[in-house]
Amino acid sequence: MSFILDRNLYVPALDAWIDPDGPKPRAIITHGHADHARSGHGAVLATPETIAIMKVRYGVDCAGRFDPLRFGEVLSVDGAKVSLHPAGHILGSAQVLVEAEGQRALVTGDYKRLPDRTAEPYEAVACDLMVTEATFGLPVFQHPLPQDEIGRLLKSVADQPERCHLVGCYALGKAQRVIALLRDAGWERPIYLHGAMIALCALYEELGVGLGELFPATGMPKAAMAGQIVIAPPSAIRDRWSRRFPDPVVCQASGWMSIKQRARQALVELPLVISDHCDWGELNQSILESGAGTVWVTHGREDALVYWCRQQGLEADPLALPGLDDDGGEGGA
Amino acid sequence: MKRFADLLELLALTPSRSRKIAALAQYFAEVPDPDRGLALAVLTGELKMRNVKPALLKQTVLAEVDETLFALSYDYVGDLGETIALIWPHHGAKDLPRLSTLVELLNTTSKAELPKVIGGLLTQAAIHERWALIKMATGALRIGVSARLAKTALSQMSGVDLQAIEEVWHGVKPPYGELFDWLEGRSGRPEIDHGSRFHPLMLSTPIEESDFAKLDPRDFSAEWKWDGIRVQLVLGRSGASLFSRTGDDIAASFPDVVEAAMGRAVLDGELLVGHDFEPGSFNDLQQRLNRKVAAPKQMAELPGFVRVYDMLFDEDEDIRALAWEARRQRLEAWFAANPQTRMDVSEILRFDQWADLAALRRQGADEHGHEGVMIKLRTAPYVPGRPKGFWFKWKRDPNVVDAVLMYAQRGHGKRSSFYSDYTFGVWKGNEIVPIGKAYFGFTDEELKQLDRWIRANTIGSFGPVREVNKELVFEVAFDSAQRSARHKSGVALRFPRINRIRWDKPASEAARIEDMDAFVG
Repeated sequence: MSFILDRNLYVPALDAWIDPDGPKPRAIITHGHADHARSGHGAVLATPETIAIMKVRYGVDCAGRFDPLRFGEVLSVDGAKVSLHPAGHILGSAQVLVEAEGQRALVTGDYKRLPDRTAEPYEAVACDLMVTEATFGLPVFQHPLPQDEIGRLLKSVADQPERCHLVGCYALGKAQRVIALLRDAGWERPIYLHGAMIALCALYEELGVGLGELFPATGMPKAAMAGQIVIAPPSAIRDRWSRRFPDPVVCQASGWMSIKQRARQALVELPLVISDHCDWGELNQSILESGAGTVWVTHGREDALVYWCRQQGLEADPLALPGLDDDGGEGGA
Repeated sequence: MKRFADLLELLALTPSRSRKIAALAQYFAEVPDPDRGLALAVLTGELKMRNVKPALLKQTVLAEVDETLFALSYDYVGDLGETIALIWPHHGAKDLPRLSTLVELLNTTSKAELPKVIGGLLTQAAIHERWALIKMATGALRIGVSARLAKTALSQMSGVDLQAIEEVWHGVKPPYGELFDWLEGRSGRPEIDHGSRFHPLMLSTPIEESDFAKLDPRDFSAEWKWDGIRVQLVLGRSGASLFSRTGDDIAASFPDVVEAAMGRAVLDGELLVGHDFEPGSFNDLQQRLNRKVAAPKQMAELPGFVRVYDMLFDEDEDIRALAWEARRQRLEAWFAANPQTRMDVSEILRFDQWADLAALRRQGADEHGHEGVMIKLRTAPYVPGRPKGFWFKWKRDPNVVDAVLMYAQRGHGKRSSFYSDYTFGVWKGNEIVPIGKAYFGFTDEELKQLDRWIRANTIGSFGPVREVNKELVFEVAFDSAQRSARHKSGVALRFPRINRIRWDKPASEAARIEDMDAFVG
């Protein structure tokens, strides 16, 4: 069977690539993470939020041209149609639906289904061919509720008021979500940020996501940071950077943190299982809901999900896309 | 159980040793008997659950989870207990009963009923309690807590000296009511019968050439480092025991040694096999160690003996506080008074300067295949554990060979998710045949590089094992090589470890099987 999309996620009818790993004349970008959005494309089609994020991260002229497409709007090119649908992963993250030759092909990008006020809520999209991510594509991944994980963090802060809690989060998406979760759990004190977080948090605020009072973490006297919460990239937390804080508790917010040996490897003392991706059950649910007869699996643990799809009687194959490391790119999972 | 699960999680994730000890001490101080004693037994590996075996747990989980999905998950997570805790598909979210109730339940349930009972508990428990439950039931903790750390916490909790706790340890049993009564001052020290119990061993630390400048050779004595297993021979009034270094009694495997022993004492030495006190290879010894009960034919072909190098008790007298020199005199006098047929005394090496000893060490390695030399401070008492500055091991320089990576497998524990177990081989004609297997021994950065290389060069997989292109050369260090019928190459390496990755070296320049002959002693 032939598809309107090839295995490199190139769409002939639109002459465009979805999330290409190198510069292309025309690219459709699902969301702003570096393993999906790269600089140097001729033209970029994406949500206005994703375009704003790309401009903050790579500069205003990181692509030759930007074509914003809002959620739900349809762009028609020579009988082919393309539309973007919320993926719930981070602000502006989209699933790309292409319709041509009577066929509907959906590229999910990264997605999650749990409610998150920092991202537009996930929308199930019916399709014939589904290209799904599988970052947490193993049945051992059963994500707990993020509110409960934040509860564990706040309990640890209350139990050890003399220590500073450093929460390792990816700078785009996870950081803002953790801040929002803390606010929603009633943490009203200032939250301190590593320098790498500041511009993106400001952008989220500008785009209407309230994050409360945020301060730079550097330049504060050491003693004043006891009992405080600092958000920083995971790499900074195990670096010299963290020595400025009193007896820090190293925390990390990631779906990987459900595996204790992973947490130990990363020298994380308080793992917080907060993921921006579907867990196994949600991946299964999304595939079934889409009604797709063919599923291509990428970004992660393809083997298990392909096996599961075939058990459901679906056509399924792994896609080996270049430019991705084994853990789904930026480690922000 | 929740409290114990929280403790295990904290121990697994807290990097600070002092914080671990504080958490343990607090747990032991606050949790009532018998739960705290059972927790102590779990942490020290003394709790034996006869019926809960990995195979039974697997059977329990495979009744609920697809086998292929389970295998893929286990391969990824790298820890059976954790995989089961995470993959279990049913959720009840009630607290598990207290530790003592669980132990009782698991120990009194019949084998046939166990899968159902364990399944029920897994459903009932929160995820980290499941993890703790499985860890407890299988006894495979792998959370970086040693028995010694737990005892250190007992010492901190009670103010009783750690060495005094080590002393009574092998005389007390779970759930340790007697031990806690003593630690908390409600009763006297538990009774110790020197004649039948194991006494913790004194261990050595490695030494490097550069350390010798600070040490005066006149203060030290030296012996060969024997290539057998460390044993403690306890010759008591009521009979003899032969303990391995971890305190397991292996007398049943070596009745030839135990029954021939004369006199009363507690002796420290090396168990070896061979005729007329001529030690055979470790491989020979291994054949005897593999048997729980000795076969007469084996005993005739591979007679065991103990080469003794220290004495802890001279008859009933505890002489551990004496200097090594004085203990050695006692040992020699005791041997003179109690002639032996399956024991001899480890010879003292004569040397004036460290250079003399270095020459002896080299010569011993080259001519007799000795593993190295042991260096002992003449004035040192016998102290259990690994005290600094008393005993040193100075190993021979390792042999090295350039071998080609053949297969890789994911590691377990801290290395889970990385391909960190390697099988490597050497050329035999036009093919490469395996000579050994080793774990990763590099920095995390190299491990990642290697992991990437393996993923990019996989040419086949067999379950969790990946076969790779035969292109990457490892410099492998090893202590010795032996003939082996079990290996296709006919050679097996002892203590292989990977020295470095030779990204620069083409596989065609790796060693050939003929080169290995030189190492086979």
